[in-house]
Amino acid sequence: MSEAGVATPAVGRLRWRTFNWREYVVYIGFVLVFLFFAIYLGENFLNWTNLSNIVIQTAPITVMAVGLVFVLSTGEIDLSIGSVVAVSALTGATVVRDTDSMILGAAAGLAVGAIVGLVNGFFVTIVRLPSFLVTLATMGAVAGVARQISNLQSVPVTNDSFVGLFGSGNVFGIPGLIIWSVVAIAIGYLVLKQTRYGAHVLAIGDNVGAARVSGIKVTRVKIMVMVGSAMCASLAGLLYAGRLHGARYTLGEADLMTVIAAVIVGGTSLFGGKGAIVGALMGSLLMGMLNNGLILANLSVSQQMIARGVIILIAVSLSLREKRS
Amino acid sequence: MNSEQIGTTATVPDRSVAALSLKGIRKQFGGVVAIERFDLEVQPGEIVALVGDNGAGKSTLVKMVSGVYQPTEGEILLNGRPASFRDASDARRQGVEVVYQDLALVDSQPVYMNMFLGRELTRGPLRLLDRRRMARETQELVDNLDVRIPSAKATIRELSGGQRQAIAICRATHWASSLVLMDEPTAALGVAETAKVEELIVRLRERGAGVLIVSHNLDQVFRISDRVAVLRRGKQVGVRSIAETNRNEIVAMITGAA
Repeated sequence: MSEAGVATPAVGRLRWRTFNWREYVVYIGFVLVFLFFAIYLGENFLNWTNLSNIVIQTAPITVMAVGLVFVLSTGEIDLSIGSVVAVSALTGATVVRDTDSMILGAAAGLAVGAIVGLVNGFFVTIVRLPSFLVTLATMGAVAGVARQISNLQSVPVTNDSFVGLFGSGNVFGIPGLIIWSVVAIAIGYLVLKQTRYGAHVLAIGDNVGAARVSGIKVTRVKIMVMVGSAMCASLAGLLYAGRLHGARYTLGEADLMTVIAAVIVGGTSLFGGKGAIVGALMGSLLMGMLNNGLILANLSVSQQMIARGVIILIAVSLSLREKRS
Repeated sequence: MNSEQIGTTATVPDRSVAALSLKGIRKQFGGVVAIERFDLEVQPGEIVALVGDNGAGKSTLVKMVSGVYQPTEGEILLNGRPASFRDASDARRQGVEVVYQDLALVDSQPVYMNMFLGRELTRGPLRLLDRRRMARETQELVDNLDVRIPSAKATIRELSGGQRQAIAICRATHWASSLVLMDEPTAALGVAETAKVEELIVRLRERGAGVLIVSHNLDQVFRISDRVAVLRRGKQVGVRSIAETNRNEIVAMITGAA
């Protein structure tokens, strides 16, 4: 009994220092950055059109972030998502151009992602290579495929239903891209927090030995996670193609860092076992806001890159201060 | 408290069908014989200790009973029925639960999720996790076994080593339909925590599962078990009832001095 009396405050302090701080750093950062831009840029930043534009432009990042939360939660990483965006967008756009079928285009784009995800999952689980190396290799290879199939040319999309569904459409006045974000976050949250699959994902990242002796099918779950991540990237590619009315091999090439930063800042652990879906949404919006504010502040592209890199570094180091045991 | 309960070995449950029975178990790795002709029965509600020096073959035996290895020869019976395990999950499905020394728990999840790890309860057509029911059943179980934790909803990370091992043991007990296998369950614990966990193990007797416990600690073996089986160099040296033996005899059997 007496030992419990001593132990409780220690536990409380531990939680206050690591748990809560990490959990809320993204919200604090969000508010600080928002206030900074609101004061510094005023009306230019703080108007409905601009704010909803931020959410709309962030949609592909948000969708990718949902997939990556699952990957990081199992203790793996997926570096190939940026390349998958390009190859899926190009595949989708090409199929739509050749068949004029929105459904075939979308299916082809998603299928490409599923294939890349299966390849990643196969090498991570069956060949047992670190996901860092596997997805670094597929990142390069898939980027090459995107260049190859497009001949470095962009592929325009003129199909109205494709553009409507994935880009500029809206439902009851709400832009479709915002709906895509909300749906992705809702599904991600439900699956991670409220299904057995989600529980298994987190258990694997936390203690893979315990997961295995508890009968969790580690290989299957990891493959599914890699496929899920790649398919989220495919969807992001389709969203880009829809919004921009076309696809190009450069799509998504700068997104990898943004997505990783959004997810980490959102409170997902890089070392597995902890995933934060709502945090990932906040992280994505934070990144989108940063992007938007830096452009409005009239920084040159090179200055934007520097500023973004520095800010991401600060944000990630604040949110990654976790136990190293 | 402990010694009292150990004194009441008269309340032995129905001995008609053994929870676990090993018949002529032999395990060979290539040309090396790890276990030779091993026989042992564990009755429901009985705690049998398995002792032996390092390399005597204890872990090989444990791995065969938990499904990690398959015996080269011999028979494993659970509740009187012949059983063979393809792997550890298969053994688990057939009612053998293992408590590992290094706690097979997921640190950042609540107690109740660990209790149901790999067998989570769901509800509704979407098969969403039934967290409320899992938490309630876990709370009932830990209360029943008198395990002191803040709550079934507490995260494993917030618990002490003893509390964690108690959770692992509760889980094994809850799911084991025939046998709980414990591999050095208190090796990582301090003195006070070891006492708590031992109390819990002794209490398992009432729940009817057989317990096979591997321990290096002879004091512990004498405190909690009903019988002790001694292994030396892969051979069974003997099985003794705790009431009819003493430390010196067991030490002699382990070292081969007898």
